[in-house]
Amino acid sequence: MSDNQATHLRQYHAPVWDEPVVMQLGYPGRRGQVFPQPARAAVEKVGTASCLIPKGLARTNAPALPEMSEPEVQRHYLHLCQETLGMLNISLFGTCTMKYNARVSEAIAQRPFVTDVHPLQPDDSMQGILQAIHEFDLGLRALSGMDQFIFQAGGGADAAYTNCVVTRAYHKSRGELKRRNEIITSIQAHPCNAATAAAAGFKVVTLNLEEDGYPSIEALKAAISERTAALFINNPDDMGIYNPDIKEWVRLVHEAGGLCFYDHANFNGVMGKIRARELGFDACMFMLHKTFGAPKGGGGPAVGAYGCSAELAPFLPKPVVVKDDKGYRLDYGRKKSAGKIREFFGNVPQVLKAYAWLLVMGRDGIDEASDISVLANNYMDHKLAKIRGLTRSNPQVTKHRLEMTRWSLGTLKTDTGCGTVEVSNRMADYGVDPWWMSHEPWIVPEPFTPEAGEMYSKEDLDYWMAVVARISEEAYATPELVKSAPHNQVIAQIKSDALNDPAKWAVTWRAYLRKHGDGSKSGSKPHAAE
Amino acid sequence: MRESIGHPWMGNSLPALKQQMLAEIGAGSIDALFEQIPADHRLRQPLDLPLGIKSESALRRHLTDMLARNESADTNLTFLGAGCWPHHVPAVVDEIVGRTEFLTPVWGSAQSDFGRNQAWFEYASQLGELLNMEVVGLPVYSWGCAIGHALRMAARLTGRREIVIADMFDPERLSVVENYCEPTDMPNHIKIRRVKGDPKSGLIDIDDLKGKVSSKTAAVYFESPSYLGLFETNAAEIGRIARQHGAETIVGVDPLTLGIVRPPADFGADIVVGPTQPLGVHMNCGGGVGGFMASRDEERYVREYNGFLVSITETQRPGQFGFGLASAHQTSYGMRENGKDWTGNSVYLWAIANAVYMSLLGPQGFREIGELIVTQSHYAARRLAEIPGIAIRYPGGFFKEFVVDFSGTGKSVAVINKKLRKRRIFGGKDLTPEGMKQCALYCVTEVHSTEDIERLASVIEQAVKP
Repeated sequence: MSDNQATHLRQYHAPVWDEPVVMQLGYPGRRGQVFPQPARAAVEKVGTASCLIPKGLARTNAPALPEMSEPEVQRHYLHLCQETLGMLNISLFGTCTMKYNARVSEAIAQRPFVTDVHPLQPDDSMQGILQAIHEFDLGLRALSGMDQFIFQAGGGADAAYTNCVVTRAYHKSRGELKRRNEIITSIQAHPCNAATAAAAGFKVVTLNLEEDGYPSIEALKAAISERTAALFINNPDDMGIYNPDIKEWVRLVHEAGGLCFYDHANFNGVMGKIRARELGFDACMFMLHKTFGAPKGGGGPAVGAYGCSAELAPFLPKPVVVKDDKGYRLDYGRKKSAGKIREFFGNVPQVLKAYAWLLVMGRDGIDEASDISVLANNYMDHKLAKIRGLTRSNPQVTKHRLEMTRWSLGTLKTDTGCGTVEVSNRMADYGVDPWWMSHEPWIVPEPFTPEAGEMYSKEDLDYWMAVVARISEEAYATPELVKSAPHNQVIAQIKSDALNDPAKWAVTWRAYLRKHGDGSKSGSKPHAAE
Repeated sequence: MRESIGHPWMGNSLPALKQQMLAEIGAGSIDALFEQIPADHRLRQPLDLPLGIKSESALRRHLTDMLARNESADTNLTFLGAGCWPHHVPAVVDEIVGRTEFLTPVWGSAQSDFGRNQAWFEYASQLGELLNMEVVGLPVYSWGCAIGHALRMAARLTGRREIVIADMFDPERLSVVENYCEPTDMPNHIKIRRVKGDPKSGLIDIDDLKGKVSSKTAAVYFESPSYLGLFETNAAEIGRIARQHGAETIVGVDPLTLGIVRPPADFGADIVVGPTQPLGVHMNCGGGVGGFMASRDEERYVREYNGFLVSITETQRPGQFGFGLASAHQTSYGMRENGKDWTGNSVYLWAIANAVYMSLLGPQGFREIGELIVTQSHYAARRLAEIPGIAIRYPGGFFKEFVVDFSGTGKSVAVINKKLRKRRIFGGKDLTPEGMKQCALYCVTEVHSTEDIERLASVIEQAVKP
């Protein structure tokens, strides 16, 4: 690939601190925090703590926690930070829409007017945050056409679960819940749609994909019945393919008495272009830690913003933030509410960061961001197609894909033995975050699913693709180099045989010590503290 | 004009770059790339949103003006708890969880995100020491969610569909748990049976418990400290009754108690759950909550976890260790609707906050904070009880929360709280709607000084005067 010569690949190496496990650090008696002694007046009145603990409950053996000074603790965790590549370079982690997480939003969210607010404070003492939530709700309504949003769900999967409890409450109110016990979804929908439906007590009916990249309308018709509670579907799916029949799908499900839920995990390519309500959907979900620029935290705190039609709104988990002539308030008095799916009203700092994102982007920025996402993905499509061993999913679909495309390394694997896991491990040697492969099940062999988004520059995308091209060359020339990767990372490939063996797995230090000894005897164990 | 302004958050917002990419694709316009979407699906009118403000300084001004209208534990004295508590968050914790390496990534790999995985393992390892348990999963969304998953775990383990919990239960958590137990219309509905509280002690009535636990019981769940703050002194007896009937014993515990009291495992708990927010996470308007789950290292439990278990393991390089997910295929990522409940993004950044917090405190810190809290809270209770008309419902044996009964004052909790509010104090949670008329749940922790308690008492003295 000619561009590859033009792109300088970095001589990268991850920091290696050889950092012990924290349980091996410290010195008896050392400490990182000191609390005041109870006041004399208090002790005089009530006695010492030992008199206040009921008989037989007092702890006699101190917990075997590390004993460290404050700077030791700080240094240890800073070393672990540095031993984390995260998204410090270019992370095209498809389906998760990597965005810039603005530091200004962090700075604001870390101030006491957010961090030190208690969720049970009187409404009039948290007008600022309630206003931010309400105005953000209005913004999401503008983007979706829905009538009310809530933010209680702690992630995308939790929003899918929210949808399950709303679906239950809706059908129960109509006396149909016993009969309507099936959720229809597609094999390409995120696993959480099927999993939350099952955990909420529904039977799951999964549609397979046809050649065009989405299930056929005939398959949907065959699945629909008087037992249908709802359809859970994403569009476009992770192949970047848009189902043009989606309006008819919604009509058919509605005709049978079911609800339609739009999983907007892949909103980035269509934001500002379509609206869920206008396509007929009853409810939808946005991931604020993905599409709306809130940080991911390596797996939360996240927010699945759940919005629905006025017809479904009475069933929403409570409370809901509302505005009336007195100001903003948390409305708990909702008789038909499905109750709660998590305590309080959501990961508020993340909602605030998403609101900040919405303000900075505005209608012009959002429209431009989806333009750029789709443009960048198609740019990558054209260039990746030139790399040996890569093939695009659903090659017969010739129309331009939306914000991401699923690719396959099936050819590379057959030719060289290097598949998506091996290549992904090797990517990290060039300072590139290992890519996302695919949710289960893998529909194409050896999948990967890059999503460019709007943050990364063309130069970034060129670098990323140059790395893929280099690794393809390496796979054909020196496959062992790729298979044994990473070589420039914090550690070598982990051995996974212990991870599924009850005699060997150790998810705490105390389990490790019991199963594998004290760690000081063998060279293949974490080193003991000096 | 606008087109020529590069957007600060979008590297490709320059027309020249867009043209270069279009040229590579061979497309005439960006709009042509949206050819998959039928015309009648497309939005016809511009979004009903303002134009982007782009400027960081303008954004900061706008948001800080709005948020300055909030009051908080920084501006007011607060005695609210009930599932989210005012505790001290060490500055080092804030530094570490604010680091971009931990704050922004999505997943990575065992090799490239080694440091974060180690921090997760250290979360589980340190909590395991406090709990005296060998298996600690990565946290779930909240304490209520942890209870829900643990109850469903017990239902799967025993094949039974009834659980027994206390009558006095946090309504926030209860509502979450009820959803996890599914409505009666669902085939796998789990029936919730409630055990009476002893009116004198506020603890579980053992005789009533004996009548409610049976061969149908999947699990008995109780908390220590309970919703009303009380240490459960009959933990061993409750566990014995559960075991007699083949039920699992699940216990909820505040980890901040564990420097001074024995962990539930010592009294026979099978699964232990609890809140993670007290371990170094700000209240965040309720967005600081998280829930832990722990058990013995027995395969029957490990194979039922819905979330992730981070195990230490070897690498291909002799002498080196790394971390991977133990028994991972059982999650919904691997098995969709056949997985154990479901998992997804949770509160994993807070697990790192918890790890840093536990390292900072160590065994001495946990003992000190426990002693301080239990002393200050009893002092506060005793001080308030000196006010005419005020009684403490359960005057001893609590940790940081206690029930203040105002009914003898002739004033309602609502009125008293309004008066406190005028003096910049958030009074305790009003329990009147929960059936405890004119009672409030007060929370006193290490952040409350004796002067704070005196200030509260003197304002209440004024407020209850006839």
